[in-house]
Amino acid sequence: MIFENHGKVERNVTILAVLTLVVVLIGGLVQMVPLFFLENTIEKVEGVRPYTPLELAGRNIYIREGCYTCHSQMIRPFRDEAERYGHYSLAAESMYDHPFQWGSKRTGPDLARVGGRYSDEWHVQHLTNPQEVVPESIMPTYPFLKKRELQMADIAAHLKANRTVGVPYTDEQIEHALADLKTQADPNADPTDLQRRYPKAQARDFDGDPTRLTEMDALVAYLQMLGTLVDFDSYVPEQNRR
Amino acid sequence: MDYQELRHFADSWGLVFMVVTLAALVGWAFRPGSRAVHDDARMIPFRDEETHHER
Amino acid sequence: MSAFFSAGAYLLFGILSLFMIATATSAGFAIHGVIILIACILAVATTVGRLKPDPNGGWLLPDTNNGGYYDGVIKAGVIATVFWGIAGLLVGVVIAAQLAWPVLNLGLEWTSFGRLRPLHTSAVIFAFGGNALIATSFWVVQRTCRTQLFAPGLAWFVFWGYQLFIVLAATGYLLGITQSKEYAEPEWYVDLWLTIVWVAYFVVYVGTIVKRREPHIYVANWFYLAFIITIAMLHIVNNLAVPVGFGPKSYVVWSGVQDALTQWWYGHNAVGFFLTAGFLGMMYYFVPKQAGKPVYSYRLSIVHFWSLIFLYIWAGPHHLHFTALPDWAQTLGMVFSVMLWMPSWGGMINGLMTLDGAWDKIRTDPIIRMFVAALAFYGMATFEGPVMSIRAVNGLSHYTDWTIGHVHSGALGWNGMITFACVYFLTPRLFGASRMYSLRMINWHFWLAMGGIVLYASSMWVAGIMQGLMWREFNAEGYLVYAFAEVVAAMHPYYIIRWLGGVMYLAGALLMAWNVWMTAKGRLRDEAPLDAGLPYNPETDKPLAAPAFAKAAAHAQPAE
Repeated sequence: MIFENHGKVERNVTILAVLTLVVVLIGGLVQMVPLFFLENTIEKVEGVRPYTPLELAGRNIYIREGCYTCHSQMIRPFRDEAERYGHYSLAAESMYDHPFQWGSKRTGPDLARVGGRYSDEWHVQHLTNPQEVVPESIMPTYPFLKKRELQMADIAAHLKANRTVGVPYTDEQIEHALADLKTQADPNADPTDLQRRYPKAQARDFDGDPTRLTEMDALVAYLQMLGTLVDFDSYVPEQNRR
Repeated sequence: MDYQELRHFADSWGLVFMVVTLAALVGWAFRPGSRAVHDDARMIPFRDEETHHER
Repeated sequence: MSAFFSAGAYLLFGILSLFMIATATSAGFAIHGVIILIACILAVATTVGRLKPDPNGGWLLPDTNNGGYYDGVIKAGVIATVFWGIAGLLVGVVIAAQLAWPVLNLGLEWTSFGRLRPLHTSAVIFAFGGNALIATSFWVVQRTCRTQLFAPGLAWFVFWGYQLFIVLAATGYLLGITQSKEYAEPEWYVDLWLTIVWVAYFVVYVGTIVKRREPHIYVANWFYLAFIITIAMLHIVNNLAVPVGFGPKSYVVWSGVQDALTQWWYGHNAVGFFLTAGFLGMMYYFVPKQAGKPVYSYRLSIVHFWSLIFLYIWAGPHHLHFTALPDWAQTLGMVFSVMLWMPSWGGMINGLMTLDGAWDKIRTDPIIRMFVAALAFYGMATFEGPVMSIRAVNGLSHYTDWTIGHVHSGALGWNGMITFACVYFLTPRLFGASRMYSLRMINWHFWLAMGGIVLYASSMWVAGIMQGLMWREFNAEGYLVYAFAEVVAAMHPYYIIRWLGGVMYLAGALLMAWNVWMTAKGRLRDEAPLDAGLPYNPETDKPLAAPAFAKAAAHAQPAE
């Protein structure tokens, strides 16, 4: 039977096309579908929250400038990486990342836990002219970030789009998005409400110029929060064996 | 369904399915009687030329 | 009637682009609106122009139905392949130089490495490779089905629509419009446009197969078909996104670990189906044609096809070893990647053995030599790939320039070489010349490309392994030996060697562009044939008969 049918496949483009589609569907389905419903895919950890409006804006600049082409955000469970970058990355830490920024190449160092490692001044100076602070660096200079006002009037729409794809932004967070965006980089504003909505959010002037809200403010705010949300003192890996 | 059940399925029926499929595919391609079809099919790119090439 | 319909559709897109320009809050989105508007105006003009009874109704070049194959769109495709090849390689050389001399980033946002790198990858994969695939697939499907293209007007739409996709993607990267998914950087509206173009491509391709005059569907078409179908599936699933209002930015529906797997399911199969299955379609037609011999084993090609497309799709997780992806998925990815070695080499052997009995052509025919080199690099890259997918090896190689070297031995060696060979095969036939303008120039191209690949792959291999080892080196006291910046500094000489390799490869491609240009102009270079060895003369190649010996000896009397 099967031997006779063989001729049909090679002579009927519909059967050939459908069979091809079925064959190429199998692998993807087997690998991807369980990732969505196996409970232990994403660890249960305390502290991971959606990005603040300013952090999200900074993240969009990170994406826009193609930082992911040279920097990973995924620390592997190796001794040297633990030494150099910190605790290995958890799936939970990027659960609100649309899209993920794990990267694939380390022309520059991993940034998954760069938050709090350097001062804001260092970041501003480094982004403006990396070779000034790290002579061996081959990173491009980004002098325009400091000069350019952050264009994010539609930040609430960004939060809404994120909610559509599954990030649990509340109505309150969306309502106050624009105010939160400004508050986080304004040294004179009261960050209490912001920090209630986004625990551990760091609020201060990031770019050294308190009078303006620049792209540098947003990018540094994003870099300074990377890897700071999970408290690893209370994390027990055995409970999350996969 | 949890990880263990999926793993058991993959180790047993999944593996059997793949081996059987592979055997069927190879048997199909190398079945007796396919030679004539294949010898004909491999000449298709040359049919638009005046002179036929040696096989 | 259909012209009115399509003119109306273009008009609709034109109105949409006006809306884009009017509501744009960023310069990038407005510029994209202008590009789409210009494309719409051109499309309406040519479509309405075609309403006039004009036998030469083609868009770029006359494409009349005189009973022959529709080759106008293929001609355009070959020109576009050469053009985008030069552009993509040039950007590659620029970003290679930026890694060696960072001052070349120029401090401008549009010229920084982060924006140019996606431009390079998209230009070489989708613009150069994609145009080569579309052009060769239209050639192969017509010849092996012994019939004309189905809907030749739609084929032209595929060609021009694809160029618009490339221009939108490329300008988008420079303007900072990207969704940061590697090899899938274009934003949602560019993705939608590509989907439309791709469906048209599928219709033309399958339509042509349906109206074929040859009962059997030749195996090259299976590979092209698998490429078209699978790329559609990958493209749609990986790029599902929710835009922010009517603007360029969107948020992809997948997140974190699921997004990572979806992305590399896409990314690895962009390699597997765009750069492998599609190019194997080329291999199964053009290698036999140029060699003048049918493919070595047709039954092997069937096993090759089904096992390759089945196994490839599983290999994505090897890009995510030791990450937060669950171990079971990493293991699956590794096992299938290693198994993938077998169909890959089955295909390589099938291609190489096609030359069995005609091996001398490697010496005498520079186009065959390119095909053979392409297959050899395919074999090397598909051996190195499974090795690098083993977790222990990947622990060292991942994140380093070893990966970059591996990719380029496949891309420059396999995809580049086979595309060049196809360009050299098609150009004289498309432009009605007896041969390429210069065969010696093809020879030069071959050796420049070869030298370039050797410099590239070897420097990145050494650099990558060095980089990986330096990162993980501990001293006796238990401290890391090297700071990250010291490793960056150590890469400098290798980056220069890599850049030189790229320059050589680009120089070869420029020779090809010149060669194609002169051939298109109908010129033939007056040159000595390539086979410089003494011609074989069977008359003289035999022992002298005994009686003649004395005579011959007398003639050969040394002048003492």
